[in-house]
Amino acid sequence: MALEKVTLGKSITNGLRKAMEADPKVVLIGEDIGKLGGVFRITEGLQKDFGEERVIDSPLAESGIVGTAVGMALRGYRPVCEIQFDGFVYPAFDQIVSQVAKMRSRSLGAIKIPMVIRIPFGGGIGSPEHHSESPEAYFAHTAGLRVVSCSNPEDAHWMIQQAIECDDPVMFFEPKRRYHDRAEYDTAAATAPRGLFEANVVREGTDVTLLGYGPVVKTMLESAAAAEAEGTSIEVIDLRSLSPLPIDTIVTSVRKTGRLVVVHEASSFLGMASEISAQVTERCFYELEAPVIRVGGANIPYPPSRMEEEFLPDLDRILDGVDRALAY
Amino acid sequence: MSDKVVAELHEPTPSVGDGGPDMIQLLTPEGQRVSHPDYDKYVADLTPEDLRSFYRDLVLIRRLDAEGYALQRQGELGLWPSLLGQEAAQVGSGRALKPHDFVFPTYREHGVGFVRGMDPQSSLQLFRGVSQGGWDPQEHNFHLYTIVIGAQALHATGYAMGVRMDGNVGTGDPERDTAVICYFGDGASSQGDVNEAFVYAASFDAPVVFFCQNNQWAISEPVEKQTRIPLFQRAAGFGFPGVRVDGNDILATYAVTQHCLDEARNGNGPLLIEAYTYRMGAHTTADDPTKYRVSAEVEEWKFRDPILRLKSYLAHEGMADETFFAAVDEEADQFAAELREGCVTMETMAGETMWDHIYAEDHPVMEAERAAYLAYKASFEEVN
Repeated sequence: MALEKVTLGKSITNGLRKAMEADPKVVLIGEDIGKLGGVFRITEGLQKDFGEERVIDSPLAESGIVGTAVGMALRGYRPVCEIQFDGFVYPAFDQIVSQVAKMRSRSLGAIKIPMVIRIPFGGGIGSPEHHSESPEAYFAHTAGLRVVSCSNPEDAHWMIQQAIECDDPVMFFEPKRRYHDRAEYDTAAATAPRGLFEANVVREGTDVTLLGYGPVVKTMLESAAAAEAEGTSIEVIDLRSLSPLPIDTIVTSVRKTGRLVVVHEASSFLGMASEISAQVTERCFYELEAPVIRVGGANIPYPPSRMEEEFLPDLDRILDGVDRALAY
Repeated sequence: MSDKVVAELHEPTPSVGDGGPDMIQLLTPEGQRVSHPDYDKYVADLTPEDLRSFYRDLVLIRRLDAEGYALQRQGELGLWPSLLGQEAAQVGSGRALKPHDFVFPTYREHGVGFVRGMDPQSSLQLFRGVSQGGWDPQEHNFHLYTIVIGAQALHATGYAMGVRMDGNVGTGDPERDTAVICYFGDGASSQGDVNEAFVYAASFDAPVVFFCQNNQWAISEPVEKQTRIPLFQRAAGFGFPGVRVDGNDILATYAVTQHCLDEARNGNGPLLIEAYTYRMGAHTTADDPTKYRVSAEVEEWKFRDPILRLKSYLAHEGMADETFFAAVDEEADQFAAELREGCVTMETMAGETMWDHIYAEDHPVMEAERAAYLAYKASFEEVN
């Protein structure tokens, strides 16, 4: 037992370190991840301890990061790619959706591509364009990939290790505006509290289910606390796994509360909430007291940062969604 | 006869065609051996038997290609990308590889796969539509075909970076030192992934040989649309050696590839080879080259045919006779019959296998969809 108060960012660093200690085949590759430790310092100190061959400063080319990682995986390595910002993943889109995702099935299972693609995502940090996006649905739409997102330090610590251990390619979305959030947990625990592809009911309630992932989980918890003061009991689920979707946990909750509000920063049109809404409607039609409500980003390019507070789902917009669900 | 007289009177000189004076050639289009100070040593040890086996490979893969074309026309394949004219580039480079080297092909390297020991049926299954590849790349160190142009250049580079991380470069142990070869075409040279691969390979001294078959045409676009300078000169800008070889000359292709693979294994990679050749057929069976190129060009290249060139050399030097050539043709007939039989009897897998092998670990969606599909199918049986 070693209870420590650690930031989310540092928890990923520690998780990467543990994975690299446990398996010499784990290598990191990305832009500026060596001496600098990455623009968010997530790989800080790792090149010093593991060397330039295992913490690889890549040339400035994202398709190259992912494409060469595929080759390393074929050679028996477990590469962990860092894409510097969400909006910079698109040059690697072909490598991810056409190469990484399909290679195993094209070989009829003869080979595997155990790699992780880490992407700091989401807004709220006052950055210029392409630094605040939420591209997760593109990848959740692609068979052959797994997509997860952590929301808190303890999950970050474990989920990155579990993603690296997974024999399938995992897209790992990190909530960049939560990197500095701190939480206390047992950093010496021997096993993860739950599987990588399981959702977590982070607050129990009876009137409405609030579902989200990554940066909005904290906002959802704050919303639930505020609603409690007004007499509304909200159940909060941290989805954690976007693909595969842990639909059973969602369905169990919705059957109890009868109402579901899904929150994400990504634009709501064809976002994760759209699929979740469809599946919940198919499975809970008679239990639903209200349509599934989506609280997402507007269907526009991410706005200039001085306007981003108007775009991002905040406590008030989430509670507005809750009110709309309760109005039926 | 007249060739022999000329050969005795004059030292033969390379016939560069449009390949320019930098192009390495060891056999002229007429089948005359020309010497080269740097590359003769790589073919010096080849025995007449080796050369006859080169000839056999060339003939068999041309036959494989002809069968692929015919099978498509007969409706047995959905598509066939022809290698006609590029046999020497593929056999020459493929035969230079060691078993522990690793190959990243495009979708046209049926000849390289063949000399790596792949079952010739393997290259048919993708085009018959029974799988999207379907072989284990580790079995013959021959990766799956890559259809997205140039994407495999990064895979080859990353694999080579892994070889270096494993310490299997420059040890001096021929059983250990490993090279990677990446095939692509003149069209792919414009792709971002190929250029990124050049950058990564150079930055990490990756033991990879980039083997560009410049067949002059990317579907309908001539190579001039892809580059202002000879493609092999691109390497200089990335900081590594580039060489142009006569891709219709199996001896030169073999020698140059041997040299470059050795360099890569010794830790002097990456390197670029431009094999100057010609796509004699269409891009694929869905293409119509008469719409964009003149037949005179094709006729001109017929004089540089890679098989006739080696055949002339073998015959002229007395290393093979009509009996041998006839035996190879007979073997090709047998090979073709087996290939056709194998193709038409290739089984389509059951529908429920579509959900197999997408993921290495359990995935609830795969299992649920497969079960729903089977229940749906079974519902028809109940009705009947």
